[in-house]
Amino acid sequence: MATSTISAGKRPRTRSILLKTVMAVTGLIFVGFILAHMYGNLMIFAGEDSFNEYAHHLREFGTPMLPESGFLWIMRITLLVSVVLHAASAFILWGRAGKARSVRYIQRRGEWATFVKRSMRWGGVALLVFVVFHLLHFTTHTINIGGTHDTPAGRLVASFGVWWAVLIYLFAVACLGMHLLHGIWSAGMTLGLNTSLDMAERLRLVSILVTVVVVVGFALPPVAIFLGLIP
Amino acid sequence: MRLTLKIWRQSGPSDKGGAVTYPIEGVSEDMSFLEMLDVLNEGLIAKGEEPVAFDSDCREGICGMCGVMINGEAHGPERTTTCQLHMRSFRDGDEIVIEPWRADAFPVIKDLCVDRGSFDRIIQAGGYISANTGSAPDAHATPVPKSQADRAFMAAECIGCGACVAACPNASGMLFMGAKITHLGEFPQGQPERDARVLSMTAQHDEEGFGGCTNLGECSRACPKGIPLNVISQMNSDLLRAQRHQA
Repeated sequence: MATSTISAGKRPRTRSILLKTVMAVTGLIFVGFILAHMYGNLMIFAGEDSFNEYAHHLREFGTPMLPESGFLWIMRITLLVSVVLHAASAFILWGRAGKARSVRYIQRRGEWATFVKRSMRWGGVALLVFVVFHLLHFTTHTINIGGTHDTPAGRLVASFGVWWAVLIYLFAVACLGMHLLHGIWSAGMTLGLNTSLDMAERLRLVSILVTVVVVVGFALPPVAIFLGLIP
Repeated sequence: MRLTLKIWRQSGPSDKGGAVTYPIEGVSEDMSFLEMLDVLNEGLIAKGEEPVAFDSDCREGICGMCGVMINGEAHGPERTTTCQLHMRSFRDGDEIVIEPWRADAFPVIKDLCVDRGSFDRIIQAGGYISANTGSAPDAHATPVPKSQADRAFMAAECIGCGACVAACPNASGMLFMGAKITHLGEFPQGQPERDARVLSMTAQHDEEGFGGCTNLGECSRACPKGIPLNVISQMNSDLLRAQRHQA
């Protein structure tokens, strides 16, 4: 007797879960990078010389096994590929979600969820714009704030003596914080880590902890420089 | 109780539809929400107007047939089905907005009735265990560990009402699908088809036009059966495992 069993099915579009997996993996790469970046920034509290030393050492990292700036370029390419994949998946999913409910509710509850959803999408776009600004500012020196300086530490201290530069960076840190708070939790969910109610609590806790560390760690240098706490 | 109802009226799938306001009097606090709608409809019929179409069947909270958006919340302010919601949850003089589930995968048939055939097609894609019929096997022939049986029963509580889709900001059906996949995946009998099930059901889900999950948890908060969000995580990990096995 023949029994019809489940067949794996036809394949018209990439499953949303797989797009989310791409976002989760690339997102975790960003989290790793951001923690390292934050650690580097905090070097400014050890003095301008330590900070310059750190900035210079980034170029020599891994030499002589890697060519000069080799490590830096490996990181840059990894991050560039990740950001393209992350944003492309996000925009596809954003579009699908829009098409999934073309007629809207007259009245709607769940304000917090809607706020988090918007903070992920529009906050993500804001972060993308900020990253471009940030690269033009501290990497290519196309944008000069507070005058030109020869050393990384000089540029840092001069820039954050300007109030609106501090505000732009603090706003970006706030966007990053919102993005991480939901993003880390969401990555854990997508990668299948939430297997029980206890695991859900732990996942929430980890995302809150990492967010607090990152927000405080990134907000400290600009605020301290602006207030003149760094000699 | 005296109430003002603002109800979505739509004569058919192709009609544009719109909200119509109905004042209603003489509502008792002990009435269920659907009984209140019955009272409204009796009044409309007496006046020769078209009654408001809404779905209901068992009216005891177990079939999943009823379900409307009440004041922006799926099944209203209590964590239960619309039929088990009582008018004591509202206050005299309240305005109540009643809308159908909104999702393109749930097209409106009439007024508050939506077509949830997309859920049926997801189940047909793999929400079952294939077995040749014959004499029933002994109950203890295949032992199931207690913790797994408990989780399977928890997930099997899903009645397929569609509140998760209605509440989801992305109109995603992941909680429904995750519940079915977790339920069958916890049983030894569910293992042979576990990979094919998740591949087939998730493909069907996306084809039906449901959105993707953003892990916000609105579905689980709206679920009258309290299905936890971790069934979605379980489904995600099942899908990744199936993809690895396929590769």
